[in-house]
Amino acid sequence: MRFERREHRSLALVIATPVLAVLCALALAGVLIAIAGAPVMEAYWRILVGAFGSRLSATETLTRASPLILTGLAAAVAFRARLWNIGGEGQFYLGAIAVAAASSQLLGGLPAAVQIPLLLVTGAAAGIVLLLVPLWLRLRFSVDEVVTTLLLNFVAVLFVSMLIDSILKDPMAFGWPQSQPVADAAVLPKLLSRSRLHLGLIIAAMLAVLVHLVQSRTVFGMQARAAGLNPAGAVFAGVPLGRTLVTVACISGGLAGLAGALEVMGVQGYVTTDLSPGYGYSGIVVAMLANLNPLGVVLAALFTAVMFVGADGMSRSMGIPSYIADVTVALSLISMLTGVFFTQYRISR
Amino acid sequence: MTEAVLDIRNVCKRFGDNLANDDISLSLGKGEIVALLGENGAGKTTLMSILFGHYVPDTGKVLVGGRELPSGKPRAAIRAGIGMVHQHFSLAPNLTVLENVMAGTESLWHFRSGTAAARRKLSGICQRFGLTVEPDARVGDLSVGEQQRVEILKALYNDARILVLDEPTAVLTNLEAERLFATLKEMAREGLSLIFISHKLDEVMAAADRIVVLRGGRKVAERLAEKTNKAELAELMVGRKLARPVREPSTPGEEVLKAAGVSVIIDGVERLKSVDFSLRAGEVLGIIGVSGNGQTTLAHLLSGTVGRDRGELLLFGQPVGDLTVDEAVGAGIGRIPEDRNEEGAIGEMAIWENAVLERLPRFSRHGLVDRQAAQAFAGEIIDAFDVRGGRPPTRTRLLSGGNMQKLILGRNLIDRPRILIAAQPARGLDEGAVVAVHARLLEARRAGTAVLLISEDLEEVMALADRIQAIVNGRLSLPIAAESADATKLGLMMAGEWNDEHEVSHAL
Repeated sequence: MRFERREHRSLALVIATPVLAVLCALALAGVLIAIAGAPVMEAYWRILVGAFGSRLSATETLTRASPLILTGLAAAVAFRARLWNIGGEGQFYLGAIAVAAASSQLLGGLPAAVQIPLLLVTGAAAGIVLLLVPLWLRLRFSVDEVVTTLLLNFVAVLFVSMLIDSILKDPMAFGWPQSQPVADAAVLPKLLSRSRLHLGLIIAAMLAVLVHLVQSRTVFGMQARAAGLNPAGAVFAGVPLGRTLVTVACISGGLAGLAGALEVMGVQGYVTTDLSPGYGYSGIVVAMLANLNPLGVVLAALFTAVMFVGADGMSRSMGIPSYIADVTVALSLISMLTGVFFTQYRISR
Repeated sequence: MTEAVLDIRNVCKRFGDNLANDDISLSLGKGEIVALLGENGAGKTTLMSILFGHYVPDTGKVLVGGRELPSGKPRAAIRAGIGMVHQHFSLAPNLTVLENVMAGTESLWHFRSGTAAARRKLSGICQRFGLTVEPDARVGDLSVGEQQRVEILKALYNDARILVLDEPTAVLTNLEAERLFATLKEMAREGLSLIFISHKLDEVMAAADRIVVLRGGRKVAERLAEKTNKAELAELMVGRKLARPVREPSTPGEEVLKAAGVSVIIDGVERLKSVDFSLRAGEVLGIIGVSGNGQTTLAHLLSGTVGRDRGELLLFGQPVGDLTVDEAVGAGIGRIPEDRNEEGAIGEMAIWENAVLERLPRFSRHGLVDRQAAQAFAGEIIDAFDVRGGRPPTRTRLLSGGNMQKLILGRNLIDRPRILIAAQPARGLDEGAVVAVHARLLEARRAGTAVLLISEDLEEVMALADRIQAIVNGRLSLPIAAESADATKLGLMMAGEWNDEHEVSHAL
């Protein structure tokens, strides 16, 4: 058995791949559920109910999807230009703490209409800074950014941990390490009352469309893709490689930082070190699941959120560990990567 | 011919609608070198893949030493003594020569590997065939020519009696190719039988005893090397009379590009050393030299991807600073890079994207790409330059080498550039495509374009160039007029021997 490169990738195949990958992952996870001793279809039904069964669970799923869309976009944009930003988690936290610091120390008195945009820019800027450091190291000394961005995650989380236990510590938190809260004027408006769903979802969805347009329609999008696919060819065609990568890094780091900012301003109001259940890392999964397509990221983020929120419900009602959600998402990633391989190659004798 | 060690009998292989091999028979004698000559797509590689067990033939069989080889089993082919050296090497760059040669020959269940024995065997092979390679060198540190020697050694280490080489010279410089052929002849004298695949007439004439010509999947002719000539082979290969075009006399116009004492230093190495040249409208200036003597840097300098460190560059009489790509393209400089896959096109992007990538300022407004105009532009190129095998949205990787080169030529020539920098424009192309490329270059010359032709192909330069300069180790000779050039003189120039004073008067 050998593999041959496919000459044509049909649109149907490209669309069918993620769907098949998800079905395949659900089937495989079903085996585990069966081993855990629960009826499989019932379990999946519970996941759906857990994710969409009530107004509360549905809004919770969407709330969970918003940061995943942004971190997913951050990874997708960078990966497409072959900039391996594994540092979404760190950029998320730095964006979050920057917003908490700016709002509690500097901008707290400003009215919402001024403060919210300023804070969003601040959060994005913090994420950008954290990604520009490894990019500079790569451009200047060819240091592999996979390693540097990954390790900076730990640096960022520890830095945040230090801040919220020292200068930014909330004196009203009974000694718990958490940051001072953002000002009331910095809290994002809710989309629905009596829920946690906030404006962030709209912002994330709009940014997904924007990123899609930038990538498919603009000179920058075309140059970034060229730079990712073949740097030597891009340079020959006059693409400014360094400048293009810096711009890509600004978009990618900015999106991840923004995700952290929105999470603080929309959901929690202050920063703790468990603000993110791994949104930065899940973003990478989301991006791969979407085959790096910005619009696909929205769907992939939704799927991932459904699995996480729904699995909680399932585990409560059926007594199965909620880790099944992690397993399913991981399996769907593996299936997707396998599937993408088969959209590019076919089996020949 | 002595007894046949290999017999390929009536092999047919069909891929979809394409009959890749149509009833091909071929025999190979002991100690014989057979060249399999044909254009790209003639079925050469398919036939060899069948021989090596990569493909199963639809009908026909392969006999080695009189015994039929089971089809579709590379292992059986190796055991029968067939070794294959592919065009793209399959070596691990992080391992040593010895480790690469041994890879795959040892059982996984042995706790100790027989390195010492392997080393003895390898050095024996090296001595016998005069193949010198340092066994402990890391393969990644070796030159391409040396890596190819490792590939050959690997086949010999597996006790190959029949060696198949797929386009062995495609990646080699002329000098390395000559060494390779000397090695092949030595191996044949030692009793090995060789088949090499090629589409280059010079080398099949130089190296083969017998030449088998394939065209469109059929064997069209078989000739002994001493009883044929290049013209006949070219005609057999292409199926019609095919003559490379030759320039007609003309009078060049004004000077458009001039370099005065230009030096370029890259990573501390002076790649171009105070070069001078002058390029006039409507002429072809040939820069001849063995690869690796600074041609790449010269092409990059004039293409706008490398800056100069000393000296002056005059474009249309005006001094220019460091040319950027946008400036070069904007000023009407067409650029044909020497490596079309690495630099000339981005394979995963569409044809229309590759058509406009280097001229995006023209095909965009306010940062938005004008897709319609870009696709129309690509369509024009496809029609005007006879690019086959794709429409504007097709991925460029799917084009054959010749058609990709036509696309690159087309995007540069369609708007009648004032200057064309053509680096190795016909390298690796089959004869039909070479003729097409040469015709386009001469057509541009007639239309008044100043062409700088960088090439290592003597014949190409002599046919196209009005004046010729040699490049050796970063230095340019003074130009000589093409009329006063012959192969001997150019050969001496390429070796760095030129007489400055005398030639100047000749050329000016």
